Amino acid sequence: MAETELGKVDPETGLKPMVINLGPQHPSTHGVLRVRLALDGEQIRACEPVIGYLHTGIEKNCEDLTFNQAITLTDRMDYLSPITNNFGYVLAVEKLLGVEVPKRCQYIRVMFAELSRIASHLVWLGTSAMDMGAMSPFFYCLQQREQILDLIESAAGTRMNPSYFRVGGLLNDLPPGFIERLKKFLDGFPRWLQEYHRLLDQNPIWLERLKGTGVISLEQALDYGWTGPALRASGIDRDLRKWNPYSSYEDFEFDVVTAEEGDVYARYSVRMREMEESLKIIRQVMDNLPEGAWHVDSWKIYPPNKADIGRNMEALIYHFKLFTEGIRVPAGETYAAVEGPKGEIGYYVVSDGSGKPYRVRVRGPSFYNLQALPVLVQDRMLADVVAAIGSIDIVLGEVDR
Amino acid sequence: MTEILEKLQETFGDRVSPSQSIDQTVVHVAAAEIVSVVTFLKSQGFTMLIDLSAVDYLRREPRFDVVYNLYHNGHRQWLRLIVQVGGEEPQVPSITHVFASANWAERECYDLFGIRFRGHPDLKRILMPDDWQGHPLRKDYPLTGTDPLPPLVRE
Repeated sequence: MAETELGKVDPETGLKPMVINLGPQHPSTHGVLRVRLALDGEQIRACEPVIGYLHTGIEKNCEDLTFNQAITLTDRMDYLSPITNNFGYVLAVEKLLGVEVPKRCQYIRVMFAELSRIASHLVWLGTSAMDMGAMSPFFYCLQQREQILDLIESAAGTRMNPSYFRVGGLLNDLPPGFIERLKKFLDGFPRWLQEYHRLLDQNPIWLERLKGTGVISLEQALDYGWTGPALRASGIDRDLRKWNPYSSYEDFEFDVVTAEEGDVYARYSVRMREMEESLKIIRQVMDNLPEGAWHVDSWKIYPPNKADIGRNMEALIYHFKLFTEGIRVPAGETYAAVEGPKGEIGYYVVSDGSGKPYRVRVRGPSFYNLQALPVLVQDRMLADVVAAIGSIDIVLGEVDR
Repeated sequence: MTEILEKLQETFGDRVSPSQSIDQTVVHVAAAEIVSVVTFLKSQGFTMLIDLSAVDYLRREPRFDVVYNLYHNGHRQWLRLIVQVGGEEPQVPSITHVFASANWAERECYDLFGIRFRGHPDLKRILMPDDWQGHPLRKDYPLTGTDPLPPLVRE
């Protein structure tokens, strides 16, 4: 968090730019991000994002928890889409274990990942529209997001930090009546999506503020390690769901949405169309959801059910061992990544053969995407910083971990 | 992919040693060669540095693994590079001039592991406060401490 000299005296005019702080407590920074800006009038001469205000040592804490306990910490990084955080982590651990979960579990995981992608995009849409002065989309977005959180709550028991995915399976199978409730949401949501388009697409202020603002070229975006919708808005169809399919994504038909311009508006339109693609995937999962097992059939990985514990001595022992020592994961190291709403969320997990991870490294998309903020705002107006930050869609809980 | 690896071995000989880890290719690289290896791989199509971090193997010498994760947009594959460093003051050459994304990642690595990146334009703490003592992700750093908390406001 050290400060560097930002504003140098212009040798010709002898003038020194004004240095101001945007944040850390500023509504448009979506958390506790501080941006130091050197201004010449209203133009930005230099920009330095300062992070670390929300550092909670999640990677360090994971090392002291068992493999399943650590899932609860992954929830708390990108708290707008906790499901996809769980997803990458359990995939990495399952890869180390060398197990593959049953088809039904894979499909349910895909369904929830897509639901939380929509939920995350809705918060992004609402807040970044509010940053631009449009109040009403925020309420309409959060109202629909609430429907998704209700669905997650009915399956996992909690709205915000579900920890629904477990190593080797899920917390529970889908609850009774879930599909009907999901159907109701799927029937209602497309109309709302149209409403969001109607609220913003023709809005002259919205277009004026977004088009041509915060431009990043494809080359620069790759150089900064951009991933997700932000990268796809610069003209490449890199989507891990298509390029490196995991959890049966290859079974579903959907398009990868891209745009060429690389400005704030392009990122807006990519995310808007992505929600439609997510709906497509969810419908396909719903129609083709296989029956059968929803967790791996091994008491060494997934705990035996309560009825078995009452009847079977061995089940009781395995249950006790799992919850006191954790899953024994073979020594080794691996990297697994999923396409989160914000980009590639990857986990580099090292195991030393015990019940706790030796090291969990989280590759958060927000961390790498935020780094390019100075490129987006260089020599632009001060007000464009707000549009640019909104368009990268960062969550500081994941940047600082 | 195998073609690139063959070329890599042709160019760098025994200073690189590829292996397979589960489903990914891992290349161990000598610390002094990392900049030229990364530059070479970038020219071969590994245009993204996805991640850079470290692992502390406390009782091993050299003690640290610095882990680079590259991505090839043509082959759609990851490639992991591992540089082992140790000693009192572990040092690795910086690759910020090859990949812009390495800037913050190297700062984080320095902040949490105390690994210095030679040639980094602005190597300073990024997540912990500036006046913090120690590097939290090292294995000999305690998870909870008994020291009083540092003051919340600086004078």
